[in-house]
Amino acid sequence: MNLLSIIKRKLNMLLLMVLSLITILPIWFVISGSFMGSGEFTQSFSAVLSDTSGKVSWPLIPNYPTLRSYIELLIDTPRFFVVFWNSCKQVFPSLIGQLLIAVPAAWSFARFDFKGKRAVLTLYIILMIMPFQVTMVSTYLVLDRLGILDSHWSIILPAAFSTFPVFIMVKFFKSIPTTLFEAASIDGAGEWRIFINIGLPLGRGGIISAMILGFLELWNAIEQPLNFIKTPSKWPLTLFIPGISPEKAGISLVASVIMLLPALLLFLYGGQYLEQGIMVSGIKE
Amino acid sequence: MKKSNQAWLFLAPSFIGLIFFVFLPFGDAIRRSFTTAMGGKFVGLSNYETVVNNQAFKMALANTVKFIIICVPLLLLFSLMLSVMISSLKKLGGLFKTSFLIPLAIPVSSVFFLWKVVFHQNGLLNILLSRVGVEGFDWMSTRAFPILVFSYLWKNVGYDMVLWLAGLDTISLNLYEAASVDGANAWKKFRYITLPGLLPTVYIVTVLSILNTFKVFREAYLIAGSYPRDDSIYMLQHLFNNWFTKLDIQKMCAAAVIVALVITGIILLLQRLDRRFGEDI
Repeated sequence: MNLLSIIKRKLNMLLLMVLSLITILPIWFVISGSFMGSGEFTQSFSAVLSDTSGKVSWPLIPNYPTLRSYIELLIDTPRFFVVFWNSCKQVFPSLIGQLLIAVPAAWSFARFDFKGKRAVLTLYIILMIMPFQVTMVSTYLVLDRLGILDSHWSIILPAAFSTFPVFIMVKFFKSIPTTLFEAASIDGAGEWRIFINIGLPLGRGGIISAMILGFLELWNAIEQPLNFIKTPSKWPLTLFIPGISPEKAGISLVASVIMLLPALLLFLYGGQYLEQGIMVSGIKE
Repeated sequence: MKKSNQAWLFLAPSFIGLIFFVFLPFGDAIRRSFTTAMGGKFVGLSNYETVVNNQAFKMALANTVKFIIICVPLLLLFSLMLSVMISSLKKLGGLFKTSFLIPLAIPVSSVFFLWKVVFHQNGLLNILLSRVGVEGFDWMSTRAFPILVFSYLWKNVGYDMVLWLAGLDTISLNLYEAASVDGANAWKKFRYITLPGLLPTVYIVTVLSILNTFKVFREAYLIAGSYPRDDSIYMLQHLFNNWFTKLDIQKMCAAAVIVALVITGIILLLQRLDRRFGEDI
């Protein structure tokens, strides 16, 4: 190994370190900011929050770390729990809906060949790309007709039929060796049995990946609640946090940390599924 | 693969749902795009004329197109670079992958506060700039477009990097070894092995990156509201949102049909390109 290639390797490492530090710095800022007392908070951020002159500063570690903001949010802000619960009520039923609806659909695309399959699959991809705003008015019309505007259902029902999880799971189901199915059908198993006993267990990775990606998407949804839910008491966290007044920005950081936690836990425990889910979606069938 | 009508049984819940929640209502939207708001009289293309001649529509369309054209190639290039750098590592690859994916977990609503502290007139970025003797600006109200480009890159670079890494995985290591024996340098290996080997991945990375450009509205909306002070980030998403607030259903329907047609056209075109180049390999 010559000197030049060693230098190159070190430079590569250094550059990656700098870039990844820049990428994760914001998350550190949010967490460290949530432990600041209100005095330090005002001192650090007043230049930005109340447009006074002077400069903003953001210490990497608070000089006087305190749980004051946590207490203020978790004990003195009962509305936070309502909003947190709203987020859960919108996100988890949506995910369950996606499971029940998208899993069999993905199985259908992966396992069978049928007339018009290519066209239907292209249609699913087009729907996946279509920005929310394009279908907003038509979704609004149907939600209005069903009389479920301004309720959690107005978020859950359209989300349940999302085609993104179908797209992810098709690829996973396709990677199951077909000989397994052939063996099972020789043994007399029907299509439903094959789906339940072979497809689901072996496609588990795909299902988990789709759920993780779906969770990250729905947990951060802004467009749907913004347009379909008018009553603030039914808002999810995504609309509640930006509405916190600038004087109470400390609380909003704590709320952000709490909102971040489930996503971080998913990264910690489901990291490999998340990665696989992204990876597999890039592989061509 | 099995040829069977049972396929439709498995597909039915999803497909029927889409008929009721997407296709029929969108059909209704198409019908409305040809009629008046009051009385529902047929008016031909006049709603479309109104939309196409609308100043805000022209501006929003131009901004959105500009955003996609700038962001998608930048993201593809940048994430490809990272993935090549990471794949050459012997260890710590997993750690770097995770750290570049972290922005996916950061709630959009906290980006609002972060960006304010960084990009404000008295913010961190300007402090940094003044250290090297550059005069800062109020980024939020005068340079919002680059902030949005940065947000998009920051958020999505990890996602695309993982997609590229999957593509890199499919390239046989033997090819590189053979090239080394023939005395090819790093650039030649990249140009004649890596790039062609990644062609099958390009289509899907592009499609998913375009999909994610539309979501940047979340950041834009939280940072600057419905009517940003800096016009350059007024996107189609803002326009639809504002027309929706005013219940301008006719205009929205016509604009939705136009945008849906354009996006469908782009997907079909990309698919065709993908098939043409895919067959070469």
